[in-house]
Amino acid sequence: METVIEVRNLVKKFGSFVANDHLNFDVYQGEIFGFLGANGAGKTTAMKILCGLSSPTSGEAKVAGFDIYKETEKVKRNIGYMSQKFSLYEDLTVAENIRFFSGVYGISPADRKEKQDKLLKDLGLESAKDSLIGSLPLGWKQKLAFSVAIFHDPKIVFLDEPTGGVDPITRRKFWDLIYEASDRGITVFVTTHYMDEAEYCNRVSIMNAGRIEALDTPENLKKQYSAKNMDEVFLKIARNTE
Amino acid sequence: MKQFIGFLKKEFLHIFRDPRTMMIIFLLPIVQLLLFGKVINTDIQNSRIAILDQSHDNTTREITSKLVSSGYFVLGDELMPGDDVEDVFRKGKVKMVVTFGPEFEKSLERDGKADVQLLADASDPNTARILTNYASGIINDYVKKEKLQNLQLPNQINTEVRMLYNEGLKSVYMFVPGIMAMILMLISAMMTSISISKEKELGTMEVLLASPLKPIQIVLGKVTPYLLLSFINALTIILIGVFIFGVPIKGSFVFLMAESFLFIMMALSLGILISTIAPNQMVAMFISVLALMLPTILLSGFMFPIENMPLPLRILSHAMPPRWFIVIIKNIMLKGTGILFVWKETLILMFMTFVFIALSIKNFKIRLE
Repeated sequence: METVIEVRNLVKKFGSFVANDHLNFDVYQGEIFGFLGANGAGKTTAMKILCGLSSPTSGEAKVAGFDIYKETEKVKRNIGYMSQKFSLYEDLTVAENIRFFSGVYGISPADRKEKQDKLLKDLGLESAKDSLIGSLPLGWKQKLAFSVAIFHDPKIVFLDEPTGGVDPITRRKFWDLIYEASDRGITVFVTTHYMDEAEYCNRVSIMNAGRIEALDTPENLKKQYSAKNMDEVFLKIARNTE
Repeated sequence: MKQFIGFLKKEFLHIFRDPRTMMIIFLLPIVQLLLFGKVINTDIQNSRIAILDQSHDNTTREITSKLVSSGYFVLGDELMPGDDVEDVFRKGKVKMVVTFGPEFEKSLERDGKADVQLLADASDPNTARILTNYASGIINDYVKKEKLQNLQLPNQINTEVRMLYNEGLKSVYMFVPGIMAMILMLISAMMTSISISKEKELGTMEVLLASPLKPIQIVLGKVTPYLLLSFINALTIILIGVFIFGVPIKGSFVFLMAESFLFIMMALSLGILISTIAPNQMVAMFISVLALMLPTILLSGFMFPIENMPLPLRILSHAMPPRWFIVIIKNIMLKGTGILFVWKETLILMFMTFVFIALSIKNFKIRLE
């Protein structure tokens, strides 16, 4: 399996506070990698470093085969990013948002048109092409934001708590999209604190106080901690480290 | 470059789709200028005066007609000695009473000295001051020209007043530069800081930073539309000033626009700096209004003369960019001076621009780390 993210001894300090304490992990091509942890455990910090939004204090990391220190530009070309706020422009239409982000990633107008038509058809949103994003229901916005984040066919897509504040049915539907992307070979790196979502991932890492305490498939973790579900796994890890 | 043009298109869509932004950018400058120019007019026109003439000779009659023909005054009551002057004021219509002493002409010719008393209603001190200044100016002028030509007599009415560069004391000459500074501050600094912090608030800034766009491209992309719009505004204000209010441009127009461009750059970098501090639109707006608009209005010398301020405020006014800009445009428009006379102010604005950019870069780096 090809390694698309390689992290070695990654440290991030804010003054004396250690947000990421010597992280080591690999993420493989096409997998759905769940990055779990309580609020403040340091998962968003680590994700931001991998996306080039923040620079580490020490350690090494490669994303899509490129060094995050020296080849930030190339890293950015090969990733997609979706923040917890859906991050589309509310005062622009669906088509205008797609046009803007296509331009940012250098997709030619002809390619864009073709992909856009397919995308809207797949999502069943053809009628909404010229509606302002602000006028669409939350579930649609979320689907669109994800589709726009992978519109340029990145190697990896980073999702920062993508399902925060969304009802369970919409969440389930959103995960269908994630599976589709993964089937297309896009690696999905997702942070979440919904433990039921952890079950949907191929592998999960669980962070606590800046350190990765466990990293394996959900099945193995449940066996290892003799737990019924991921919720229990998470609680046991949190208690052990207290 | 294609990326950048795409970015600009997106920015203009944001601007054109938001009615509030459009109003601030296109309507506000015109409304402000017309309001300050037409409504809040401190110019004196057709003020009613009363005359108490105890001499009724040629000179007093001529002075009276000079006053009236100046356009500043209209003749109200003719008072008789013994009339209650205060009662005249109390009725409220008369703003000033001009009293000529007895035997005015004779004593002027005999002694070179005569008595005129200007009584003004100082419940409105500004108007009172301006009225008495105008009237004594007119009287002096008359006495000098008509009466003392051949006489080497000392001028006994010692109120020589001459208004250089703005002889009519037209307040709009003061308002045009002031409004220009204010509007350019508002649009360049406030609108950019709001539009950048809006991206932060909505989370789109992170998406942009995670994209192949370089931070400098993002900032330039956000700023360029406002640069263009501010420049259009500067032009509009100048055109309204010249064609509607008759403000002259004695100096070079190109130089005037170049200085406006510098001021816009300064304001834009200030806007960027604010956006690096403010986490959301509300804070950006709050900082802009409190830290930019109020000082621009109060401390730049636009509304209140800096010389009359207490020392701490006078010192503080040095840190206000509009203060320097107002000096520059007044010099160019009203006095027709070139760079030789405003190089100091120009350098100060350049220095401020530089400091704001340096601070923004520093803040931005800290945020990334």
